[in-house]
Amino acid sequence: MAKPKVAFYWCASCGGCEEAVVDLAEDLLKVVDAVDIVLWPVALDFKRKDVEAMKDGAIAVSFINGAVRTEEQEEMVKLLRKKSGLVVAFGSCAHIGGIPGLANFWDRETIFERVYKDVPSVRNPEGIYPQQKTKVDGVELTLPEFYDTVYTLDQVINVDYYLPGCAPPPDLIMNAVTAILEGKLPDKGSVLAPDKSLCDTCPRKDSKPEKLSIKAIRRPHEVIADPEKCFLEEGIICLGPATRSGCGERCINANMPCRGCFGPTKGVRDQGAKMVSAIASILGVEDEDKVTEEEVESLVKQIDDPAGLFYMYSLPASMLRRKRMG
Amino acid sequence: MADDGAARQLDKEILSPKPGIQSPAEGGGDFQPRIVGFLCNWCSYAGADLAGVTRLKMPPSMVAIRVMCSSRVDPLFVLKAFLAGADGVLVAGCHPGDCHYQTGNYYTRRRFALTLKVLEELGLEANRVRLSWVSASEGGRFAEVVTEFTETIRKAGPNPAKTEVFL
Ligand code: SF4
Ligand code: SF4
Ligand code: FES
Repeated sequence: MAKPKVAFYWCASCGGCEEAVVDLAEDLLKVVDAVDIVLWPVALDFKRKDVEAMKDGAIAVSFINGAVRTEEQEEMVKLLRKKSGLVVAFGSCAHIGGIPGLANFWDRETIFERVYKDVPSVRNPEGIYPQQKTKVDGVELTLPEFYDTVYTLDQVINVDYYLPGCAPPPDLIMNAVTAILEGKLPDKGSVLAPDKSLCDTCPRKDSKPEKLSIKAIRRPHEVIADPEKCFLEEGIICLGPATRSGCGERCINANMPCRGCFGPTKGVRDQGAKMVSAIASILGVEDEDKVTEEEVESLVKQIDDPAGLFYMYSLPASMLRRKRMG
Repeated sequence: MADDGAARQLDKEILSPKPGIQSPAEGGGDFQPRIVGFLCNWCSYAGADLAGVTRLKMPPSMVAIRVMCSSRVDPLFVLKAFLAGADGVLVAGCHPGDCHYQTGNYYTRRRFALTLKVLEELGLEANRVRLSWVSASEGGRFAEVVTEFTETIRKAGPNPAKTEVFL
Protein backbone atom coordinates (compact mmCIF):
# COMPACT_ATOMS: atom_id res chain seq x y z
CA MET A 1 0.00 0.00 0.00
CA ALA A 2 1.27 3.47 -0.82
CA LYS A 3 2.32 5.48 2.18
CA PRO A 4 0.04 8.40 3.07
CA LYS A 5 1.26 11.71 1.69
CA VAL A 6 2.00 14.41 4.23
CA ALA A 7 2.78 18.11 3.76
CA PHE A 8 4.25 20.62 6.19
CA TYR A 9 3.86 24.28 5.47
CA TRP A 10 4.65 27.52 7.26
CA CYS A 11 2.99 30.90 7.08
CA ALA A 12 3.46 33.82 9.52
CA SER A 13 5.50 31.99 12.15
CA CYS A 14 8.94 32.05 13.69
CA GLY A 15 10.22 28.65 12.61
CA GLY A 16 9.81 27.20 16.10
CA CYS A 17 7.12 24.81 14.88
CA GLU A 18 9.55 23.38 12.32
CA GLU A 19 11.97 22.98 15.19
CA ALA A 20 9.24 21.12 17.10
CA VAL A 21 9.00 18.56 14.31
CA VAL A 22 12.76 18.03 14.44
CA ASP A 23 12.43 17.79 18.24
CA LEU A 24 10.59 14.52 17.75
CA ALA A 25 14.12 13.10 17.68
CA GLU A 26 14.14 9.32 17.01
CA ASP A 27 10.37 9.40 16.69
CA LEU A 28 10.82 11.49 13.58
CA LEU A 29 12.39 8.45 11.89
CA LYS A 30 9.25 6.45 12.64
CA VAL A 31 7.14 9.18 11.10
CA VAL A 32 9.34 9.43 8.01
CA ASP A 33 9.10 5.65 7.65
CA ALA A 34 5.35 5.63 7.80
CA VAL A 35 4.59 8.58 5.51
CA ASP A 36 5.64 10.13 2.27
CA ILE A 37 6.52 13.81 2.76
CA VAL A 38 5.52 15.76 -0.35
CA LEU A 39 6.13 19.32 0.81
CA TRP A 40 8.30 20.74 3.57
CA PRO A 41 9.93 24.02 2.53
CA VAL A 42 12.29 24.16 5.49
CA ALA A 43 13.83 20.75 4.76
CA LEU A 44 12.95 19.48 1.30
CA ASP A 45 13.08 20.94 -2.17
CA PHE A 46 9.48 20.62 -3.33
CA LYS A 47 7.81 23.57 -4.98
CA ARG A 48 4.36 24.98 -5.29
CA LYS A 49 4.04 23.62 -8.82
CA ASP A 50 4.58 20.11 -7.42
CA VAL A 51 1.58 20.59 -5.17
CA GLU A 52 -0.45 22.11 -8.01
CA ALA A 53 0.25 19.05 -10.12
CA MET A 54 -1.34 16.72 -7.55
CA LYS A 55 -4.92 15.53 -7.67
CA ASP A 56 -7.36 17.16 -5.27
CA GLY A 57 -7.32 15.34 -1.96
CA ALA A 58 -4.09 13.51 -2.85
CA ILE A 59 -2.34 14.65 0.33
CA ALA A 60 -3.59 12.73 3.35
CA VAL A 61 -2.81 15.48 5.81
CA SER A 62 -1.26 18.95 5.74
CA PHE A 63 0.26 20.35 8.90
CA ILE A 64 0.18 24.11 8.53
CA ASN A 65 1.87 26.35 11.05
CA GLY A 66 1.78 30.13 11.23
CA ALA A 67 -0.94 32.71 10.92
CA VAL A 68 -2.08 34.16 7.59
CA ARG A 69 -1.01 37.74 6.92
CA THR A 70 -0.02 37.89 3.23
CA GLU A 71 -1.67 37.15 -0.08
CA GLU A 72 0.85 34.42 -0.80
CA GLN A 73 0.06 32.64 2.46
CA GLU A 74 -3.62 32.84 1.68
CA GLU A 75 -3.07 31.29 -1.75
CA MET A 76 -0.86 28.53 -0.42
CA VAL A 77 -3.21 27.46 2.36
CA LYS A 78 -6.15 27.48 -0.04
CA LEU A 79 -4.16 25.33 -2.43
CA LEU A 80 -3.19 22.92 0.34
CA ARG A 81 -6.78 22.76 1.52
CA LYS A 82 -7.85 21.66 -1.94
CA LYS A 83 -5.18 19.03 -2.20
CA SER A 84 -5.54 17.61 1.33
CA GLY A 85 -7.90 15.21 3.06
CA LEU A 86 -7.12 16.69 6.45
CA VAL A 87 -5.69 20.02 7.51
CA VAL A 88 -4.18 20.38 10.95
CA ALA A 89 -3.52 23.86 12.30
CA PHE A 90 -0.13 23.31 13.86
CA GLY A 91 0.91 25.55 16.74
CA SER A 92 -0.45 28.71 18.35
CA CYS A 93 -0.14 31.01 15.34
CA ALA A 94 -2.23 28.82 13.04
CA HIS A 95 -4.59 27.98 15.91
CA ILE A 96 -5.26 31.37 17.51
CA GLY A 97 -2.95 33.90 15.83
CA GLY A 98 -0.02 33.62 18.19
CA ILE A 99 2.67 36.24 18.65
CA PRO A 100 2.43 37.48 15.02
CA GLY A 101 -1.21 38.17 15.88
CA LEU A 102 -0.11 40.98 18.20
CA ALA A 103 0.38 42.92 14.98
CA ASN A 104 -3.41 43.32 15.05
CA PHE A 105 -2.83 46.22 17.43
CA TRP A 106 -1.52 48.01 14.33
CA ASP A 107 -2.19 47.94 10.59
CA ARG A 108 -0.05 47.81 7.47
CA GLU A 109 0.61 51.54 7.38
CA THR A 110 1.73 51.85 10.99
CA ILE A 111 3.81 48.67 10.77
CA PHE A 112 5.57 49.77 7.58
CA GLU A 113 6.23 53.18 9.02
CA ARG A 114 7.82 51.68 12.09
CA VAL A 115 9.81 48.95 10.38
CA TYR A 116 10.97 50.79 7.27
CA LYS A 117 11.35 54.28 8.68
CA ASP A 118 11.22 54.90 12.43
CA VAL A 119 13.37 52.08 13.76
CA PRO A 120 16.66 53.70 14.87
CA SER A 121 18.78 51.30 12.86
CA VAL A 122 16.98 52.16 9.62
CA ARG A 123 17.86 55.11 7.37
CA ASN A 124 15.16 55.77 4.83
CA PRO A 125 15.02 59.53 4.14
CA GLU A 126 13.04 59.09 0.92
CA GLY A 127 10.40 57.08 2.75
CA ILE A 128 10.56 54.09 0.44
CA TYR A 129 8.14 51.33 1.39
CA PRO A 130 7.67 47.87 -0.09
CA GLN A 131 5.39 47.99 -3.12
CA GLN A 132 3.38 45.21 -4.63
CA LYS A 133 4.68 46.22 -8.04
CA THR A 134 8.01 47.87 -8.88
CA LYS A 135 9.64 48.51 -12.24
CA VAL A 136 13.37 47.83 -12.30
CA ASP A 137 15.13 48.33 -15.64
CA GLY A 138 11.87 47.96 -17.46
CA VAL A 139 11.02 44.70 -15.69
CA GLU A 140 8.07 44.55 -13.33
CA LEU A 141 8.78 42.90 -10.00
CA THR A 142 5.94 41.85 -7.73
CA LEU A 143 5.47 41.08 -4.07
CA PRO A 144 2.44 39.52 -2.41
CA GLU A 145 0.07 41.87 -0.65
CA PHE A 146 0.70 42.41 3.05
CA TYR A 147 -2.67 42.52 4.82
CA ASP A 148 -3.74 44.95 7.50
CA THR A 149 -4.82 42.09 9.70
CA VAL A 150 -3.33 38.79 10.81
CA TYR A 151 -5.78 35.87 10.51
CA THR A 152 -5.92 32.48 12.18
CA LEU A 153 -5.83 29.57 9.77
CA ASP A 154 -9.49 28.70 10.30
CA GLN A 155 -10.51 32.22 9.36
CA VAL A 156 -9.12 31.51 5.90
CA ILE A 157 -9.76 27.80 5.23
CA ASN A 158 -11.59 24.95 6.93
CA VAL A 159 -9.45 23.32 9.56
CA ASP A 160 -10.03 19.75 10.70
CA TYR A 161 -7.85 19.62 13.82
CA TYR A 162 -5.75 21.89 15.97
CA LEU A 163 -2.45 21.13 17.63
CA PRO A 164 -1.99 23.94 20.12
CA GLY A 165 1.15 25.38 21.63
CA CYS A 166 4.11 27.59 20.98
CA ALA A 167 5.41 25.18 19.86
CA PRO A 168 3.30 22.01 20.22
CA PRO A 169 5.12 19.58 22.53
CA PRO A 170 6.50 16.32 21.05
CA ASP A 171 4.08 14.04 22.93
CA LEU A 172 1.01 15.81 21.55
CA ILE A 173 2.49 15.79 18.04
CA MET A 174 3.18 12.06 18.26
CA ASN A 175 -0.29 11.37 19.65
CA ALA A 176 -1.79 13.27 16.75
CA VAL A 177 0.34 11.55 14.13
CA THR A 178 -0.44 8.14 15.62
CA ALA A 179 -4.15 8.92 15.75
CA ILE A 180 -4.09 9.98 12.10
CA LEU A 181 -2.15 6.92 10.96
CA GLU A 182 -4.43 4.61 12.89
CA GLY A 183 -7.55 6.48 11.89
CA LYS A 184 -8.52 7.02 15.52
CA LEU A 185 -9.29 10.70 15.41
CA PRO A 186 -11.78 12.54 17.59
CA ASP A 187 -14.59 14.70 16.18
CA LYS A 188 -13.63 17.18 13.49
CA GLY A 189 -12.79 20.59 14.86
CA SER A 190 -11.21 19.17 18.01
CA VAL A 191 -8.15 20.59 19.65
CA LEU A 192 -5.79 17.66 20.07
CA ALA A 193 -4.99 18.35 23.73
CA PRO A 194 -6.76 17.78 27.06
CA ASP A 195 -9.85 19.88 27.70
CA LYS A 196 -8.79 21.05 31.15
CA SER A 197 -7.47 24.37 32.32
CA LEU A 198 -3.79 24.71 33.05
CA CYS A 199 -4.58 25.48 36.70
CA ASP A 200 -6.19 22.04 36.89
CA THR A 201 -2.92 20.30 36.14
CA CYS A 202 -0.49 22.87 37.52
CA PRO A 203 1.96 21.56 40.14
CA ARG A 204 1.35 24.75 42.13
CA LYS A 205 -2.41 24.52 42.25
CA ASP A 206 -2.48 23.18 45.81
CA SER A 207 -0.72 26.28 47.05
CA LYS A 208 -3.57 28.38 45.70
CA PRO A 209 -5.69 29.48 48.65
CA GLU A 210 -9.44 28.88 48.58
CA LYS A 211 -10.08 32.59 48.35
CA LEU A 212 -7.45 34.54 46.50
CA SER A 213 -7.14 38.27 46.93
CA ILE A 214 -4.33 40.37 45.59
CA LYS A 215 -3.66 44.05 45.98
CA ALA A 216 -0.36 44.60 44.23
CA ILE A 217 0.38 43.45 40.70
CA ARG A 218 3.97 42.52 39.99
CA ARG A 219 5.61 41.85 36.68
CA PRO A 220 7.87 38.81 36.33
CA HIS A 221 11.04 40.87 35.96
CA GLU A 222 10.35 42.85 39.12
CA VAL A 223 10.45 39.96 41.59
CA ILE A 224 12.02 36.57 42.03
CA ALA A 225 8.97 34.35 42.11
CA ASP A 226 8.65 31.73 44.82
CA PRO A 227 9.08 28.43 42.94
CA GLU A 228 6.33 26.75 44.98
CA LYS A 229 3.56 29.31 45.11
CA CYS A 230 0.81 29.98 42.59
CA PHE A 231 1.85 33.04 40.60
CA LEU A 232 -1.47 34.74 41.11
CA GLU A 233 -1.08 34.51 44.85
CA GLU A 234 2.10 36.54 44.50
CA GLY A 235 0.38 39.13 42.33
CA ILE A 236 2.07 37.93 39.14
CA ILE A 237 -0.47 37.60 36.38
CA CYS A 238 -0.64 34.05 35.09
CA LEU A 239 -2.99 33.06 32.26
CA GLY A 240 -3.42 29.55 33.66
CA PRO A 241 -7.12 30.02 34.58
CA ALA A 242 -8.04 30.81 30.96
CA THR A 243 -5.63 28.47 29.20
CA ARG A 244 -5.86 24.86 28.08
CA SER A 245 -3.59 22.32 29.69
CA GLY A 246 -1.34 19.92 27.81
CA CYS A 247 1.96 21.75 27.47
CA GLY A 248 3.52 19.94 30.41
CA GLU A 249 3.43 23.20 32.40
CA ARG A 250 6.57 24.27 30.59
CA CYS A 251 6.63 27.89 31.68
CA ILE A 252 5.53 27.17 35.24
CA ASN A 253 8.34 24.65 35.62
CA ALA A 254 10.78 27.29 34.42
CA ASN A 255 9.33 29.58 37.12
CA MET A 256 7.56 31.80 34.62
CA PRO A 257 3.83 32.48 34.52
CA CYS A 258 1.69 31.12 31.68
CA ARG A 259 1.08 33.44 28.74
CA GLY A 260 -1.71 31.43 27.19
CA CYS A 261 -0.12 29.82 24.14
CA PHE A 262 -2.43 26.79 24.26
CA GLY A 263 -5.49 28.94 23.78
CA PRO A 264 -8.64 28.60 25.86
CA THR A 265 -10.52 25.45 26.82
CA LYS A 266 -13.48 24.26 24.78
CA GLY A 267 -16.28 26.31 26.28
CA VAL A 268 -14.42 29.63 26.21
CA ARG A 269 -15.02 31.88 23.22
CA ASP A 270 -12.56 34.64 24.10
CA GLN A 271 -9.48 33.94 26.17
CA GLY A 272 -8.74 37.57 26.96
CA ALA A 273 -12.27 38.33 28.13
CA LYS A 274 -12.08 35.25 30.36
CA MET A 275 -8.86 36.56 31.85
CA VAL A 276 -10.47 39.93 32.55
CA SER A 277 -13.10 38.11 34.60
CA ALA A 278 -10.53 35.94 36.36
CA ILE A 279 -8.31 38.84 37.42
CA ALA A 280 -11.27 41.01 38.39
CA SER A 281 -12.42 38.27 40.74
CA ILE A 282 -9.23 38.38 42.81
CA LEU A 283 -8.04 41.97 42.57
CA GLY A 284 -8.59 43.86 45.83
CA VAL A 285 -11.35 41.66 47.19
CA GLU A 286 -10.51 42.30 50.82
CA ASP A 287 -12.62 45.04 52.39
CA GLU A 288 -14.20 45.63 49.02
CA ASP A 289 -17.06 47.44 50.68
CA LYS A 290 -14.72 50.17 51.84
CA VAL A 291 -13.01 50.63 48.52
CA THR A 292 -13.89 53.75 46.52
CA GLU A 293 -14.38 53.89 42.76
CA GLU A 294 -11.07 55.75 42.45
CA GLU A 295 -9.30 53.02 44.36
CA VAL A 296 -10.76 50.41 42.04
CA GLU A 297 -9.36 52.35 39.16
CA SER A 298 -5.89 52.56 40.62
CA LEU A 299 -5.93 48.85 41.38
CA VAL A 300 -6.71 48.14 37.74
CA LYS A 301 -4.21 50.74 36.50
CA GLN A 302 -1.40 48.63 37.88
CA ILE A 303 -1.85 46.19 35.03
CA ASP A 304 0.31 47.36 32.20
CA ASP A 305 -1.16 46.82 28.75
CA PRO A 306 -3.91 44.39 29.84
CA ALA A 307 -5.14 43.78 26.28
CA GLY A 308 -1.64 42.85 25.13
CA LEU A 309 -1.20 40.62 28.14
CA PHE A 310 -4.57 38.85 28.18
CA TYR A 311 -4.61 38.41 24.40
CA MET A 312 -0.88 37.76 24.07
CA TYR A 313 -1.47 34.74 21.84
CA SER A 314 -5.11 34.99 20.90
CA LEU A 315 -5.97 38.44 19.59
CA PRO A 316 -6.82 37.33 16.01
CA ALA A 317 -9.05 34.56 17.42
CA SER A 318 -10.81 36.93 19.82
CA MET A 319 -14.29 38.36 19.31
CA LEU A 320 -12.95 41.67 18.05
CA ARG A 321 -10.08 40.08 16.10
CA ARG A 322 -8.09 43.31 16.04
CA LYS A 323 -7.83 46.87 17.26
CA ARG A 324 -10.07 49.37 15.51
CA MET A 325 -7.76 52.02 14.12
CA GLY A 326 -8.95 55.60 14.64
CA MET B 1 -19.57 31.02 26.15
CA ALA B 2 -20.54 31.27 22.52
CA ASP B 3 -23.80 29.46 23.11
CA ASP B 4 -24.63 31.30 26.26
CA GLY B 5 -28.30 31.98 26.82
CA ALA B 6 -27.95 35.67 27.58
CA ALA B 7 -25.76 36.18 24.56
CA ARG B 8 -28.31 34.47 22.37
CA GLN B 9 -31.06 36.65 23.67
CA LEU B 10 -28.89 39.64 22.88
CA ASP B 11 -28.34 38.45 19.33
CA LYS B 12 -32.04 38.12 18.81
CA GLU B 13 -33.03 41.40 20.35
CA ILE B 14 -30.48 43.62 18.83
CA LEU B 15 -30.66 42.15 15.39
CA SER B 16 -34.39 42.58 15.13
CA PRO B 17 -35.36 46.11 14.09
CA LYS B 18 -36.96 48.13 16.84
CA PRO B 19 -39.86 50.38 15.95
CA GLY B 20 -38.90 53.96 16.56
CA ILE B 21 -35.19 53.36 16.09
CA GLN B 22 -33.91 53.86 12.63
CA SER B 23 -30.35 53.68 11.56
CA PRO B 24 -29.18 56.34 9.07
CA ALA B 25 -29.03 53.68 6.38
CA GLU B 26 -32.71 53.02 6.84
CA GLY B 27 -33.44 56.58 5.87
CA GLY B 28 -33.62 58.02 9.38
CA GLY B 29 -31.29 60.84 8.40
CA ASP B 30 -29.52 61.81 11.60
CA PHE B 31 -27.56 59.27 13.58
CA GLN B 32 -29.77 57.56 16.16
CA PRO B 33 -27.67 55.85 18.82
CA ARG B 34 -28.47 52.27 19.65
CA ILE B 35 -27.71 51.29 23.20
CA VAL B 36 -27.79 47.90 24.83
CA GLY B 37 -28.58 48.10 28.53
CA PHE B 38 -27.82 45.19 30.82
CA LEU B 39 -30.00 45.82 33.86
CA CYS B 40 -29.92 43.81 37.05
CA ASN B 41 -33.22 42.24 37.97
CA TRP B 42 -33.46 43.52 41.53
CA CYS B 43 -32.64 47.21 41.17
CA SER B 44 -32.01 48.71 37.77
CA TYR B 45 -34.58 46.73 35.82
CA ALA B 46 -37.15 47.63 38.43
CA GLY B 47 -35.93 51.24 38.20
CA ALA B 48 -36.39 51.17 34.42
CA ASP B 49 -39.84 49.73 34.88
CA LEU B 50 -40.72 52.49 37.29
CA ALA B 51 -39.48 55.10 34.81
CA GLY B 52 -41.82 53.55 32.25
CA VAL B 53 -44.80 53.28 34.53
CA THR B 54 -44.29 56.87 35.63
CA ARG B 55 -44.22 57.84 31.95
CA LEU B 56 -40.93 59.66 32.28
CA LYS B 57 -39.57 60.99 29.03
CA MET B 58 -36.39 59.46 27.64
CA PRO B 59 -35.04 58.69 24.20
CA PRO B 60 -36.13 55.32 22.75
CA SER B 61 -32.51 54.33 22.19
CA MET B 62 -32.06 51.47 24.59
CA VAL B 63 -32.71 47.76 24.29
CA ALA B 64 -33.00 46.41 27.83
CA ILE B 65 -31.63 43.02 28.72
CA ARG B 66 -32.46 41.76 32.16
CA VAL B 67 -29.75 39.90 34.04
CA MET B 68 -30.12 38.54 37.55
CA CYS B 69 -27.20 40.60 38.83
CA SER B 70 -24.87 43.13 37.22
CA SER B 71 -22.05 40.68 37.90
CA ARG B 72 -23.62 38.36 35.33
CA VAL B 73 -22.40 40.68 32.59
CA ASP B 74 -19.40 38.94 31.10
CA PRO B 75 -17.02 41.19 29.13
CA LEU B 76 -18.01 38.96 26.24
CA PHE B 77 -21.58 40.33 26.35
CA VAL B 78 -20.20 43.83 25.95
CA LEU B 79 -17.99 42.82 23.03
CA LYS B 80 -20.82 40.95 21.40
CA ALA B 81 -23.15 43.91 21.74
CA PHE B 82 -20.63 46.12 19.97
CA LEU B 83 -20.09 43.61 17.20
CA ALA B 84 -23.83 43.23 16.75
CA GLY B 85 -24.07 46.95 16.11
CA ALA B 86 -24.62 48.65 19.46
CA ASP B 87 -23.15 52.13 19.65
CA GLY B 88 -23.07 52.11 23.43
CA VAL B 89 -23.40 49.60 26.25
CA LEU B 90 -24.89 50.38 29.63
CA VAL B 91 -24.43 48.12 32.61
CA ALA B 92 -26.64 49.02 35.54
CA GLY B 93 -26.96 47.44 38.96
CA CYS B 94 -27.82 48.08 42.57
CA HIS B 95 -25.87 50.72 44.48
CA PRO B 96 -22.66 49.44 46.13
CA GLY B 97 -23.65 47.68 49.33
CA ASP B 98 -27.18 46.96 48.06
CA CYS B 99 -26.59 44.04 45.68
CA HIS B 100 -29.21 41.36 46.15
CA TYR B 101 -26.34 38.86 46.25
CA GLN B 102 -24.31 40.97 48.69
CA THR B 103 -21.11 41.51 46.74
CA GLY B 104 -21.99 40.99 43.07
CA ASN B 105 -21.70 44.62 42.14
CA TYR B 106 -18.31 45.01 43.80
CA TYR B 107 -17.16 42.37 41.40
CA THR B 108 -18.94 44.14 38.53
CA ARG B 109 -17.12 47.31 39.42
CA ARG B 110 -13.68 45.74 39.20
CA ARG B 111 -14.47 43.74 36.12
CA PHE B 112 -15.95 46.78 34.42
CA ALA B 113 -12.89 48.91 35.14
CA LEU B 114 -10.64 46.27 33.64
CA THR B 115 -12.91 45.69 30.64
CA LEU B 116 -12.80 49.41 29.97
CA LYS B 117 -9.01 49.44 29.84
CA VAL B 118 -8.96 46.50 27.47
CA LEU B 119 -11.59 48.05 25.20
CA GLU B 120 -9.68 51.31 25.00
CA GLU B 121 -6.56 49.49 23.94
CA LEU B 122 -8.59 47.81 21.23
CA GLY B 123 -9.67 51.13 19.84
CA LEU B 124 -13.12 51.58 21.39
CA GLU B 125 -13.64 54.90 23.16
CA ALA B 126 -14.20 54.53 26.88
CA ASN B 127 -17.30 56.71 26.77
CA ARG B 128 -19.17 54.05 24.82
CA VAL B 129 -19.54 51.92 27.92
CA ARG B 130 -21.10 53.11 31.10
CA LEU B 131 -21.64 51.58 34.51
CA SER B 132 -24.39 53.17 36.61
CA TRP B 133 -26.00 52.35 39.90
CA VAL B 134 -29.77 52.71 39.81
CA SER B 135 -32.02 51.44 42.58
CA ALA B 136 -35.57 50.12 42.18
CA SER B 137 -37.01 53.41 43.42
CA GLU B 138 -34.93 55.64 41.15
CA GLY B 139 -37.08 55.84 38.02
CA GLY B 140 -36.04 59.45 37.54
CA ARG B 141 -32.40 58.60 37.78
CA PHE B 142 -32.82 55.83 35.26
CA ALA B 143 -34.38 58.20 32.73
CA GLU B 144 -31.55 60.64 33.36
CA VAL B 145 -28.86 58.02 32.82
CA VAL B 146 -30.41 56.90 29.53
CA THR B 147 -30.88 60.47 28.30
CA GLU B 148 -27.36 61.51 29.22
CA PHE B 149 -25.76 58.40 27.80
CA THR B 150 -27.71 58.71 24.56
CA GLU B 151 -26.38 62.25 24.15
CA THR B 152 -22.81 61.09 24.82
CA ILE B 153 -23.14 58.40 22.19
CA ARG B 154 -24.78 60.77 19.75
CA LYS B 155 -21.69 62.95 20.01
CA ALA B 156 -19.35 59.96 19.72
CA GLY B 157 -21.07 58.80 16.53
CA PRO B 158 -21.54 55.25 15.23
CA ASN B 159 -19.37 52.62 16.80
CA PRO B 160 -16.32 51.54 14.76
CA ALA B 161 -16.35 47.93 16.02
CA LYS B 162 -19.22 47.19 13.67
CA THR B 163 -16.80 47.20 10.78
CA GLU B 164 -16.14 43.57 10.10
CA VAL B 165 -12.67 42.16 9.95
CA PHE B 166 -12.79 39.44 7.35
CA LEU B 167 -10.48 38.31 4.62
S1 SF4 C 1 -2.61 30.59 38.08
FE1 SF4 C 1 -0.73 29.80 37.13
S2 SF4 C 1 0.62 29.23 38.84
FE2 SF4 C 1 -1.46 29.45 39.67
S3 SF4 C 1 -2.35 27.39 39.60
FE3 SF4 C 1 -2.94 28.42 37.67
S4 SF4 C 1 -1.35 27.86 36.19
FE4 SF4 C 1 -0.55 27.39 38.25
S1 SF4 D 1 2.61 27.45 30.50
FE1 SF4 D 1 1.18 28.58 29.17
S2 SF4 D 1 2.45 29.84 27.80
FE2 SF4 D 1 3.79 28.27 28.75
S3 SF4 D 1 3.83 26.58 27.28
FE3 SF4 D 1 2.16 26.14 28.74
S4 SF4 D 1 0.29 27.02 27.81
FE4 SF4 D 1 2.07 27.91 26.74
S1 FES E 1 -28.48 42.18 42.13
FE1 FES E 1 -28.34 44.24 41.43
S2 FES E 1 -26.20 44.40 41.20
FE2 FES E 1 -26.32 42.40 42.03
